[in-house]
Amino acid sequence: MIPGSPERAALLQNAVRGRSLWDDAARRLLRNKAAVTGMVVLAVMVVLAVVGPWLVPYHYDTVTKTDVWMGPLQSGHLLGTDSLGRDLAARLLAGLGVSLAIGVVATSVSLVIGVLWGAVAGYLGGRIDEIMMRIVDTLYSLPFIFFVILLMVTFGRNIFLIFLAIGAVEWLTMSRIVRGQTLSLKSKEFIEAARAAGLSSGQIIIRHIVPNLLGPVVIYVTLTIPAVIIAESFLSFLGLGVQPPMASLGTLIATGAQDMEMAPWLLVFPSLTMVVTLMAFNFIGDGLRDALDPKDR
Amino acid sequence: MLRFLFRRLLVAIPTLLLVITVAFFMMRAAPGSPFVNERQLSPEVEKAVMAQFGMDRPLVEQYVNYLKGVAVGDFGPSLKYRDKTVLEILQANYKVSLTLGGLSMLLAAMIGMSLGVIAALRQNRVADYLTMGIAILGVCIPTFVTAPLLVLVFASKLGWLPTAGWNDGALANLILPITVLALPQIAVISRLTRAGMIEVLGSNYIRTARAKGLPESLIVRKHALRAAIMPLVSYLGPAAAGLLTGSLVVEKIFNLPGLGKFFVNSALQRDYTVVMGMVIVYAVLILVLNLIADMLYAALDPRVRLS
Repeated sequence: MIPGSPERAALLQNAVRGRSLWDDAARRLLRNKAAVTGMVVLAVMVVLAVVGPWLVPYHYDTVTKTDVWMGPLQSGHLLGTDSLGRDLAARLLAGLGVSLAIGVVATSVSLVIGVLWGAVAGYLGGRIDEIMMRIVDTLYSLPFIFFVILLMVTFGRNIFLIFLAIGAVEWLTMSRIVRGQTLSLKSKEFIEAARAAGLSSGQIIIRHIVPNLLGPVVIYVTLTIPAVIIAESFLSFLGLGVQPPMASLGTLIATGAQDMEMAPWLLVFPSLTMVVTLMAFNFIGDGLRDALDPKDR
Repeated sequence: MLRFLFRRLLVAIPTLLLVITVAFFMMRAAPGSPFVNERQLSPEVEKAVMAQFGMDRPLVEQYVNYLKGVAVGDFGPSLKYRDKTVLEILQANYKVSLTLGGLSMLLAAMIGMSLGVIAALRQNRVADYLTMGIAILGVCIPTFVTAPLLVLVFASKLGWLPTAGWNDGALANLILPITVLALPQIAVISRLTRAGMIEVLGSNYIRTARAKGLPESLIVRKHALRAAIMPLVSYLGPAAAGLLTGSLVVEKIFNLPGLGKFFVNSALQRDYTVVMGMVIVYAVLILVLNLIADMLYAALDPRVRLS
């Protein structure tokens, strides 16, 4: 058959397209009902957090003295109001946005540190690997939440610091996972080929090792985001996180807990939002794990 | 075993030193001082107070002095609670935290293991889905959500239990805090037990035991469970850390006079010595529990050799 001939073109068109690892994984993921539900819920949450503030006729910080302690559906407040007459729906949407943003940004911080640390340790091996992993082990055995609390006390309650502090805590597990993967990748032929082609260690790590770590890293990222959201809310609950008038799910739950005798809706709606968000992430994470690592079921 | 213990203790000392160093300098870098809060002290008085606590010295000298004190078990005086040493404060408050942590760990282990075994034996059936569903909920609902919600329902609305307070450790006052602390642990433990059981039940020696005609209950209890709970042993360390974090929230919400409540307050009030004391206590606790977990692991599983 001549290349470029009509017969060959027809044959190529009818040929079965190969399925890549990612095609397979996507197929398995989409068959997983819990994971798909999680993704849909999360998509709705993100859209609500982004466009929501324009849908609600109130600003999250507008104090309406006449509308204090309104229950849900009273005088135009879908989810009621708090002790200052601020609309809970508006505050909830703003808080959801802040919590999601902190989750994504802090996870990115931990992602960068963890992946680089683990890949370098695993790739270089030997004494350097031992020292780097011993540092991780040591940090693991520290009462970390206390250091985060100290950090917040020391440098003031700055939202960027929350990103940094939580991200700096969450990278440890990531670096362990990445190191393990790197160790097994290191002996593969394509790495040897890259080395034979004269690439430096840094180039090999960035161009060949890191892209091949994607699977386990993606799984762990979906499980880190909810952990970060919990950590931020925990700090906010203790009064060390996001500062008023800004809201996060944690601050809303904290004020809701204070006022729950008077206005239970202030506790119930933020708690519900938090739980649904966290469950969505967990279902997606579990689904991704099953999809990308089918032998582990 | 003894050599292993010795080596681990040798590693633990620099770890502890690191904890103390970082905490010490971070605390001192914080703006504010323990003596400026309430009344405005005149400069002379403030100077005198600073000198009394040795805080007029260079920071490094203070650090060395502090380390010397800690080495002989002297954690210094509290800067906020006059006439009390850090040790006295720790001694007066550790019981609440210990009771809460110990009881909730015990409860979590019993319930979590039972649920895990049931789920594994009924794999992919209703009981399995039900327990694992509950477990996912347990992982997803943080303590600062369960605590106020349970208080709202069982204390405020139904009035069955007190809303807060310690009341000398009366059972009614303990139920809610312990439940709140135990729930996330139950979730993790039941998942670990289930995974372990499923793996073990498929192994060859279980098939041998079945072929011998042993009753199923005996196989589960004597043969399978012993191997299946191995992952739980290494979970001991992280579980302790989780309980410590949880106790910060629980002691605040239920207004319990434990260490966790003290920690946050002392950090905010710049009570340097008390904060340092707590950090050291918690770090030692986590180090010791991790050590115990490693040793237990070796004792239960003869395949693991400590080296």
